[in-house]
Amino acid sequence: MDAITLIGAMSVLAAGLCIALGGIGPALGEGNAAANALRAMAQQPDESSNITRTLFVAMAMVESTAIYAFVVTVLIMYFNPFWNYAVEMASK
Amino acid sequence: MNTILFQIFGYDVSVEILFSIMIVAAFCIGSLFWIRNTIGRIFVLFLILSAWFSSITTGGENTSGLNLQNVDTMPILTLGPITIGGTVFYSWLVMAVLTILAWMATRNLRSTLKVSGLQTAMEAVVRTIRSQIIDVSGDNPTHYIPIMGTFFLFIGMSNLMTIIPWFRAPTASLSTTAAFSLCVFCAMPIYGIRNAGLKGYLKKYIEPTPIMLPLNILSDFSSTFSLAFRLYGNMLSGAIIASVLMMLAPFLVPLPMQILGLITGTIQAYIFALLAIVYVSSVGPQKPFTDQLNFY
Repeated sequence: MDAITLIGAMSVLAAGLCIALGGIGPALGEGNAAANALRAMAQQPDESSNITRTLFVAMAMVESTAIYAFVVTVLIMYFNPFWNYAVEMASK
Repeated sequence: MNTILFQIFGYDVSVEILFSIMIVAAFCIGSLFWIRNTIGRIFVLFLILSAWFSSITTGGENTSGLNLQNVDTMPILTLGPITIGGTVFYSWLVMAVLTILAWMATRNLRSTLKVSGLQTAMEAVVRTIRSQIIDVSGDNPTHYIPIMGTFFLFIGMSNLMTIIPWFRAPTASLSTTAAFSLCVFCAMPIYGIRNAGLKGYLKKYIEPTPIMLPLNILSDFSSTFSLAFRLYGNMLSGAIIASVLMMLAPFLVPLPMQILGLITGTIQAYIFALLAIVYVSSVGPQKPFTDQLNFY
């Protein structure tokens, strides 16, 4: 297997693994946060606006990990420096 | 599905584009019957049609591959030696829309019973931002509203304007979001020192114990990074989903995602402004703010 094949195969694998593993944790966390917020809102409906705002902030915090994974995936898929380097070396 | 039925003006009309035009037309006609208000009808028609066109144009005209042209380097105008990229141009467009709206709303302000609709809408927006700032920071909102309100309005307007065909949101570029989060990074010490003085602000870094000093310094940087990347990633994922769906099932399936993008765009603008307020007011004022004007 030459270098360009290896880089291509590994990039695709890495991109898939990156978004898959990076998505699991935030998904569990967001589900947990939403479930607890719903429970809190059912118990004290007067505080629902306060809870919703805090929930938004917390969800954004939790979600940012998934966004990092997504950005890295996009980097690997479309702006891959190693792939560009390999193509450049192969064309020489 | 790609069977070409007939040609019109040199364009091939296939089965799927015919179907999608029929379904969008059915949506439009149905909404005309459903809504009994002239402005509402025009608004819903505009929403459906422009969302449809914009989902097609952001996905790219070629349905063969992903069209992920970088907005930063997309040349729009060339003024002599200076080439103006997409991000700057579309930012100017959003700024122009916001400025014209604000100018029209504040042109003749009235406090009588007869106020214009635009003034009422703008007052509602400003009032909501004010009350949110009071709730989150517990501080006088007058100091925060120029920067935080601008973040919310600019990001929200640029995300909402993606409904216009050929408009690419400037927030889908890392340079714009990094500039915004750098503004927040610079605003953190300024507001902290204003609220608690230099000594009180520096005390934030050695709380709860001086061992946490490196982590506290690091958290300032990481919050700045996360602000920038969150907005960028969310907006970019919208564009990528549109182009992937455009490649898989063109002309109709991207439409609901485009309308969903309006909701997520507004939520992202809200979250950016809210987190900026949280970070900036982390070193809070000495005594809690009581709204004596009872403005909201």
